[in-house]
Amino acid sequence: MKTWLLASAAIALHASAAFADLKVGMITTLSGGGASLGLDVRDGFMLAIEQSGRDDIEVVIEDDQRKPDVAVQLSDKMIQSERVDVMTGIIWSNLAMAVVPAAVHQDVIYLSPNAGPSALAGKGCHANYFNIAWQNDNLHEGAGAYANTAGYGNSFVLSPNYPAGKDAITGYKRYFEGDVSGEIYTKLGQTDYAAEIAQIRASDADSVFFFLPGGMGISFLKQYADSGLDLPVIGPAFSFDQGILQAVGDAALGVVNTSQWNKDLGNPTNVAFVESFQEAFGRLPSLYASQGFDTANLLISALEKAPVSDADAFRAALKAAEFDSTRGKFAFGSNNHPVQTIYAREVVKEGDVFTNKTLGVALENHADFYAADCPLP
Amino acid sequence: MSTVLIIEQILNGLQFGVMLFLMAAGLTLIFGVMGLINLAHGSFYMIGAFAAAAVAALTGSFVLALVAALIAAALAGALVEMTVIRRLYATDHLDQVLATFALILVFSEGTRWIFGSFPLFLDIPEFLSGPITLPGGIAYPLYRLALIIVGLLVAVFLWALIEKTRLGIQIRAGENDREMIAALGVDISRLYTMVFALGAALAGLAGALVGAIQSVQVGMGEPVLILAFVVIVIGGIGSIKGAFIGALLVGLTDTLGGIFLPEVFKLFMEHSAATTIGSSLASMAIYILMSAVLILRPTGLFGASQ
Repeated sequence: MKTWLLASAAIALHASAAFADLKVGMITTLSGGGASLGLDVRDGFMLAIEQSGRDDIEVVIEDDQRKPDVAVQLSDKMIQSERVDVMTGIIWSNLAMAVVPAAVHQDVIYLSPNAGPSALAGKGCHANYFNIAWQNDNLHEGAGAYANTAGYGNSFVLSPNYPAGKDAITGYKRYFEGDVSGEIYTKLGQTDYAAEIAQIRASDADSVFFFLPGGMGISFLKQYADSGLDLPVIGPAFSFDQGILQAVGDAALGVVNTSQWNKDLGNPTNVAFVESFQEAFGRLPSLYASQGFDTANLLISALEKAPVSDADAFRAALKAAEFDSTRGKFAFGSNNHPVQTIYAREVVKEGDVFTNKTLGVALENHADFYAADCPLP
Repeated sequence: MSTVLIIEQILNGLQFGVMLFLMAAGLTLIFGVMGLINLAHGSFYMIGAFAAAAVAALTGSFVLALVAALIAAALAGALVEMTVIRRLYATDHLDQVLATFALILVFSEGTRWIFGSFPLFLDIPEFLSGPITLPGGIAYPLYRLALIIVGLLVAVFLWALIEKTRLGIQIRAGENDREMIAALGVDISRLYTMVFALGAALAGLAGALVGAIQSVQVGMGEPVLILAFVVIVIGGIGSIKGAFIGALLVGLTDTLGGIFLPEVFKLFMEHSAATTIGSSLASMAIYILMSAVLILRPTGLFGASQ
């Protein structure tokens, strides 16, 4: 905490003292139940800005409290009175849907460090909108592909009853070739899964796929482990990020999950990122932190080629994505969403710390399903 | 659907119900005795869970963690009652709602300030982990069975406290006529502090017990608080018996609704549409229950008729 305070104070001094050529508005979740994701995105982003040594980028950071109405107010303020050139930071898809379409139509560039709703990837894509994380379905598609290679033939699937939850199950089923023995939509924010676990026990499934981000996943994994069920579990990285794993404990050991990034990816950018993040903040980075870091580096790479005032050249520079990403090879598809490799990881214990180890590739150079609907060239 | 599955789901509903009872009992006592709407009750649930997680991490003992949860929540309750709540008894409900809502924000950000934004780890103790086999071949987690037993014991304890002790007589008298028992020489402000601390301690206990199978994080109390309000509205405000029956009803309705409604719709609908409609209706089931109770008995099942 103290290191962070120092680091951010230094950045704040840095930014306000200089004459900023580029103003970035970051709206992210820094309080409430989902704050750990926003903190990681922010810390990763600011670390990259700091490491670049550039003093011409000013970052304004605001907390959306995970509320769409607050996010909309903040975005109006940032566009109209702060006059930011670029916006970023939003974690949740419902907040992104409330903010992004209006922002990009007001000629603000939006760089998404996390949310990737399908509505913004297909027909609703926009030249000013770039997603540096993933389209929402991607990691679930990776999970489906992994389930095939693991030889699963019959999965029980569950996710919360909201749009991203339905995308998750659609994504899994798009690649999974086996049968689905049961499909449950749980309540969003549900914390007790005894009833669902009983249904899994009564089914004839040989594997369980679940998408329960944040605290929901912690609850499910602990209760699943205690239930005595031993079917293999698979899910996207959202229930297995660095911030959550310590709270799940032994219950997560050995679970396979899919991600576009892991801390043990061997490319030099990632090695340096993991080391410097740990040094600056005293904790291991999560995939969210890597996404924040990559977002800032993409922005810096574009700024080196063209000024933000030359909108066409700046957009072209962003789309070229000529920066060293923490996940290795990174490119944008026609709809400005990533074409990237999805990895399968396994939860392991290193000393006292629960973390992930890369097992292998689930989907190579994977583009999203909705790109075909996007009218962008 | 097999009998084993149905019995297992009924047990799950009971377990959820008794944990709701721990929350609702405090809430209904506080409302009944002091006429106070306490939105910050969920914060005591959170305080209990965080205190338990911290002490469990430090000592490794689950029993000590539970004791810590009770003490921390009771202390927080007493402190809040003496500094803030005491000024609110004479004011109307809107002021109480505003002030206790502010307390939620203070407690949430305070907890974040002390423990950070990342969820804490609190696990089931070794001697209660894993499933056991019940008669009839039902494999059921031992810890959940323990939760049911603890919840029932607390219910018996509260019943005895209210019906058999001097404090209970004062509480019941306080519900009926506040001015009169003050005039009879009962130290009313001490009674209020004790009731408030007792309610907070029960919430803290629930937080610690449930925290071991769920996630210990900032804001964990608010979803439970909403359900606890539903429970006391169904049961009748101020009635411990009502809170108990209401909590079991809500627990069973919520659990069984989530399982059986999709199955019922599958009888006459296409599979995935049935799942979607069934799940949506299941989320509404307890509120439909509450509306039905309010239509038939506007003061709740065991509420005093106005």
